[in-house]
Amino acid sequence: MFRSQQLALKYFAAAVTLFGIMVIAGLLSATYYLQDGFLLNKLDFSVAKMLHIDTMIIWLLMGFIGAVYWFLPIELERETEGIKLAELMFWIFCVAVAVVAAVFIFVQYGPATQTTLWLINQGRKYVEAPRWAAIGVVLVVLVFMYNVVVTAVKAKRITGIMAVLMVDLVPLFALYLIAFPAITNMSEDLYWWWWLVHLWVEATWEILIGCIMALALMQLLGTSRRIVETWLYIEVALVLGTGILGLGHHYFWIGTPSYWLAIGGFFSALEPLPLLGMVVHAVYDAGTHRMKTTNKPAFYWMMAEAFGNFLGAGVFGFMMTLPQINLFTHGTQWTVSHGHFAFWGAYACGVLAVIYLALQKSRNLLQVQGTAWKWSFALLNIGMVGMVGALLVSGIAQAFYERAMGGSTLQAFMEAQRNPWFVQGMVMRLVFGFVFAAGYAVLVYDLLTLGKRRLAEKALGARVMGGPA
Amino acid sequence: MYAADPAFWRAGAISSTAVMLVVLGLLTVDSLATIRAGGTNVPAYTVINQQIGYEFDAEAHRYRPVIGAEQPLFGRAVNAEEAEALIRKGKLLIQSRNCINCHTFFGNGAYYAPDLTKAWLDPAWQQMWIPMTQATTREEAIVAFLMHPEKYPTWSRQMPNLNLTEEEAKALVAYLKWMSAVETNGFPIHFGHIQTNR
Repeated sequence: MFRSQQLALKYFAAAVTLFGIMVIAGLLSATYYLQDGFLLNKLDFSVAKMLHIDTMIIWLLMGFIGAVYWFLPIELERETEGIKLAELMFWIFCVAVAVVAAVFIFVQYGPATQTTLWLINQGRKYVEAPRWAAIGVVLVVLVFMYNVVVTAVKAKRITGIMAVLMVDLVPLFALYLIAFPAITNMSEDLYWWWWLVHLWVEATWEILIGCIMALALMQLLGTSRRIVETWLYIEVALVLGTGILGLGHHYFWIGTPSYWLAIGGFFSALEPLPLLGMVVHAVYDAGTHRMKTTNKPAFYWMMAEAFGNFLGAGVFGFMMTLPQINLFTHGTQWTVSHGHFAFWGAYACGVLAVIYLALQKSRNLLQVQGTAWKWSFALLNIGMVGMVGALLVSGIAQAFYERAMGGSTLQAFMEAQRNPWFVQGMVMRLVFGFVFAAGYAVLVYDLLTLGKRRLAEKALGARVMGGPA
Repeated sequence: MYAADPAFWRAGAISSTAVMLVVLGLLTVDSLATIRAGGTNVPAYTVINQQIGYEFDAEAHRYRPVIGAEQPLFGRAVNAEEAEALIRKGKLLIQSRNCINCHTFFGNGAYYAPDLTKAWLDPAWQQMWIPMTQATTREEAIVAFLMHPEKYPTWSRQMPNLNLTEEEAKALVAYLKWMSAVETNGFPIHFGHIQTNR
C-alpha cells in the first residue's frame, strides 16, 4: 500500500470520529427545542449547533481529502509527491480542530473586538473557526493542491478526471479566503459569504465528489474510463451551468436587486437536472453489472449517494426555492429539513462508499460481507429520512403560522414554536436522531471489525471443529 | 456521433462554466453598487438618525422600508463617521457573540431564535419590554433587555446572558435599526402588521 493510502486511512479515521461528534452535537441541539432552559448560560444552543455544523463540514472535507489521497496513487500509478508534508499537515489539521472545539466549548465568545475573531470565534455560519485556525485550513488545502498537481505533473499523466480535479481545487482554495473578512454591511457580507457557501457546497464540492465517485466507480464496478469521464464532463457542464447562477436563490432577501428573484428562481429550478443525471448513471451502471460486486456496502452507499443527492439536494431544494414559496419557507425548519437531506445524500453517503472501498483493499478482502453494514445502512438512512420528514412537518407549520399568518415578529416566532405540529415534528426529529445515532454506532463497529471479524469467526469455527485455537 | 465523444462534453463544460462566470461577474458589479451603504437598496449608516417604518407599497406589490422624519437614537443625532463606527461595533458584536447561531439575519443563520431583519420594528418592544423595563424609549428598553435578558423573561425560551457592556448593547441597537431600513424585496412579509393573538 502507498503511503498516500495510509494517510487516506488516517483521514478516514479522523472523519468518522468527527462524524460521531457531529451526531452527539446534533442530538444535543435537538434537545434544546424540547426542553426550555436546557444548559442555559452553560452550553447554549449556539455552541452545540455550531459544533454540529462545523464538525459536519470538517468530517466531509477530511473524507474528500482522504478519498483523493486514496485514489491518487491508483490513478497516477506512483506515490504522492510531498507525502511527508501531507502527513505533517494531517496532524496539524487534527490538533487545530481539537483546539478550536475546546475553545468553542469552554471559551464560547469574547468582546466585540478583532481579537475575538482571531482567537475565539468569527461568528459567521459554517466558518466560525477563528482566523488562526482558518489560516491552518488554507495551509492544509494548499499542501493538498501541491500534492495533487505535482504528482500529476511528475507522472506526466493528466487524465480527464485529474484535469477536472486540479481545476476544481482552485476555487476550493480561493473561495475559502472569504472566510476571513468581517464586512460591516450585512448585505455585502452575506453576498460574499454565499459565494463561499453556495459555490463551495453547490458547485466546487459537487465537482469534487463527482471526481471521487468517478474514480470509485472504476474501482468498484470496473466501469470504463470513457464512460465515467463523459459523465463527469456532463455533470460539470450541468452543475456549473445551472449552479453558478443558481447562487441567485440566496440573493432574494439580503438587500440585493430584485432581478435575482427571477434569475435565482429559474436557475435553481434547473439545478436538480445534473443530480437526476447522476441517478440515471448509477442505475445504468448497476444494471449493466447486474448489481454484482465484491463490495456491497460501497455499492449501496454509492447508490444512496446518487438517490440521496437527487432527492435531498435536488427535489427538496427545488420544493422551497422559488421566490414565491421561499418568501414563506426561508429561514424555517423547512430549510433545516432540506439541509440535512442534501448534505447526507450529496456528500456523506459518497464518503462512506469510499471508506468501504478503501478498507476492502487495505485489509485484503476478496469480498466485503456480514450483516452489520446492512443494519448501519438501514438505521442511518431510516434515521435520516425520519429526521427530514419530521423537520418538514415542523417547517411547514412554521412557514404557515410564523411567516404567512404571523408576520415573523418575535411573538409570531414563539407562537409557531409552541404550535403542536411544530412540537410533534421536533419530538420525532429527536426520536429519529437516536435511530441515526444507533446506525452510526453499528457503522463504527463494522468499520473497526471488517475483515478482522471474519478471521475471528473462522478461528472460532476452527476451535469448534477441534482445530487449533 | 458527437455526443458519444467525451471531448464534446468537455467543450460543453468549459463553455457553460465560462459563460456563467462572466454573467455572474457582471451581475456582481451591479449588485455591489446597489448594496453598498448609501446605495439604492441599503441605506447610509446615518439612517439611524431617522424614523423607520415598513409599509405595503401597492405599486411594487410588496412591503418596503419607509424612511421618515428625524428620530435620533438615544436622543442624539450622530454624524456619518460616528454612525459608521457604531454600526461597525454592532457587527463585531454580532460576530463575537455568535448571534447567527441562534438567530437569523435576512433569514440566514440558525432557527432557534427569532429573525432579526426587522427586529427594530417589532411591536413587542412597545407592548411588552417598555412596560417591563420601565424604559421611556424603545432603544433603552432593548439595551436593558440585551444586558440582562434573565431579568425580563417573556416566553418560555430564554435568551442567555452574553455579558454585553452598555456600549456594545447600544451598538447592537444601532445595527438593528440600520438593518431594518434595508430593502429586502418584501421579506419578511407583512412584518409587524398582524396580531397573532387570535
